[in-house]
Amino acid sequence: MSVITPNMSPLRKLRSATGARRVFIHTVLIGVAIVMLYPLMWMLSSSFKPDTEIFTHPGLIPNALHPQNYSKGWSGSGNSFSLYITNSLIVSIGAVIGNVVSCSLAAYAFARFEFRGKKIWFGLMLGTLMLPTQAVLIPQYTIFYNLTWINTFLPLIVPKFLAADAFFIFLMVQFIRSIPRELDQAAMMDGANPFQIYWKIILPLMKPALVTTTIFTFIWTYDDFLHQLVYLQQNDKFTVPLGLTLFLDQTSGSSYGAMFAMSTLALLPTLICFLIFQKRLVEGLATSGLKG
Amino acid sequence: MSMTTAKTDEVAKETPAPATPSDQRERERMRRRLARRRGGGWWPFLFLAPWFVGLFGLTIYPMLDSLYLSFTNFDLLTPAKWVGTHNYERMFSDDPVFWDSVHATLLYVLVSVPLKLALALGVAMLLNRDIKGIGLYRAAFYLPSLLGGAVAIAIVWRQVFGGDGLFNDFLAWFGIKGQDWISSPDTAIYTLILLAVWQFGTPMVIFLAGLKQLPKDVYEAAAIDGAPPVTRFFKITLPLLTPIVFFNVVLQMIDAFKTFTPAYVVSNGSGGPLNSTMLYSLYLYKKGFTDLQMGYASALAWVLFLVIAGFTAVNFIASRYWVHYDD
Repeated sequence: MSVITPNMSPLRKLRSATGARRVFIHTVLIGVAIVMLYPLMWMLSSSFKPDTEIFTHPGLIPNALHPQNYSKGWSGSGNSFSLYITNSLIVSIGAVIGNVVSCSLAAYAFARFEFRGKKIWFGLMLGTLMLPTQAVLIPQYTIFYNLTWINTFLPLIVPKFLAADAFFIFLMVQFIRSIPRELDQAAMMDGANPFQIYWKIILPLMKPALVTTTIFTFIWTYDDFLHQLVYLQQNDKFTVPLGLTLFLDQTSGSSYGAMFAMSTLALLPTLICFLIFQKRLVEGLATSGLKG
Repeated sequence: MSMTTAKTDEVAKETPAPATPSDQRERERMRRRLARRRGGGWWPFLFLAPWFVGLFGLTIYPMLDSLYLSFTNFDLLTPAKWVGTHNYERMFSDDPVFWDSVHATLLYVLVSVPLKLALALGVAMLLNRDIKGIGLYRAAFYLPSLLGGAVAIAIVWRQVFGGDGLFNDFLAWFGIKGQDWISSPDTAIYTLILLAVWQFGTPMVIFLAGLKQLPKDVYEAAAIDGAPPVTRFFKITLPLLTPIVFFNVVLQMIDAFKTFTPAYVVSNGSGGPLNSTMLYSLYLYKKGFTDLQMGYASALAWVLFLVIAGFTAVNFIASRYWVHYDD
């Protein structure tokens, strides 16, 4: 944060606490952080323990590393876990492409054009933000059932190409509004049509919003258990979350280690996104949240 | 964004040109063309075409269809059969599990949302000062929000609160003998509530951004006047922050009403023990997709929709009395 100068304002004094308070604040924050992250560390450590040790020896450091959990879990639930990961990646990447394309087009229209009924359409778009997905789950299912799309990835991907995630339209509208209109107008003087302006000017300039959209779409689709549970019915189409639930059904307590191992693996893509884009995730969230 | 401003400057510098008559005519024509473009003709509708298909095909038509189905018996395989208001009557007078799920859901929403927001605000206040490692703390507290929706987390949660799980090991430090929190109907829902509270990172980040925007002069004045921290919090911070509190309440409440994954995973799809974790979405799923009572499930869906709309409306109306807007 900012450097503390000798002539501090009262506020600065207020904010930059004295030594003792500082220690106190750090102690509280570290305490909360440990409690928050302990379950995750426990999961990681349990994934390397033999089954017999997981609940009898709750410490974080395993007596000996037991990586067999990973190989056992990888092949242990009907199909190889690599299939579930592949399926999850197909669905998530498909959804990302869909959202980036369709939401940016819609957002461009809302941010840059006046057209008949714009206020109503925009209001409807905001309204769908509030609509719980459960409310339309059954009719959507019958639509996809009649299209014989059940047990395919299409019901999970195609809606994204139809800009069904209004949240991202809204986020992008806010972003495009911050791009100076003079740029569009200059391009228009040069004879560019609206699509060329979208493609050559708006899209490159809204990269930060597109990155935010990509990350959140990826993570949310990857974790979207309800829709995957409803639409994917056969094991060979299962995604990571569905593959994980297979561990729940195994009544023998002998596969806990494998279950923790695969849970750890399942969180890796999200964790990697988080580590790379931590700042952007937090800031994207804060700004989009505040503008609402 | 620095690139953007640089480009704007260039454009601004280039535009003023010597005004010869032909130039003026040219510019007039251009202005008209621009106005027409702003109007857009059919271009905006072209850009919105995918969204329109989605809006009508995946939202408006399904909402109407679901309203119709809610007055029918429908099992997907045979045509829907009109039964009038029977589904709604059954829900309110002849379905104890429905009431169990309403009870579980209201408990879940009304306990988890205030706790989560209080914790989020408290931690955001702690983070809103010049101390080292802010970024690291913020990341650590935000991480659970990002991971929280995953099945993997719910699976871990099930083990953390199991009979010989981590939570009981923790209690044992204080000499408390724990129980199997997941399989007791009195406590199972609280493990889900804790899981929700654990994900306080999203509202925390939003609070933090809000706190950073509070006008500093008010605080300086209060500090000079010697107002104690508690007074400053209740007289300055909280009133100024109410728009963001309100935003978070609405968002978190809608989210809580929709919760599905942890209830499904922690109870292994049963909503048990004794329907104590039968969150509304889970019940809707079971009726629609396990029992194939899609007419009844549609009625459940409409009730959920109306309840969420109702709660949101109440929030908005109540906000007039407690949300403080600056302008």
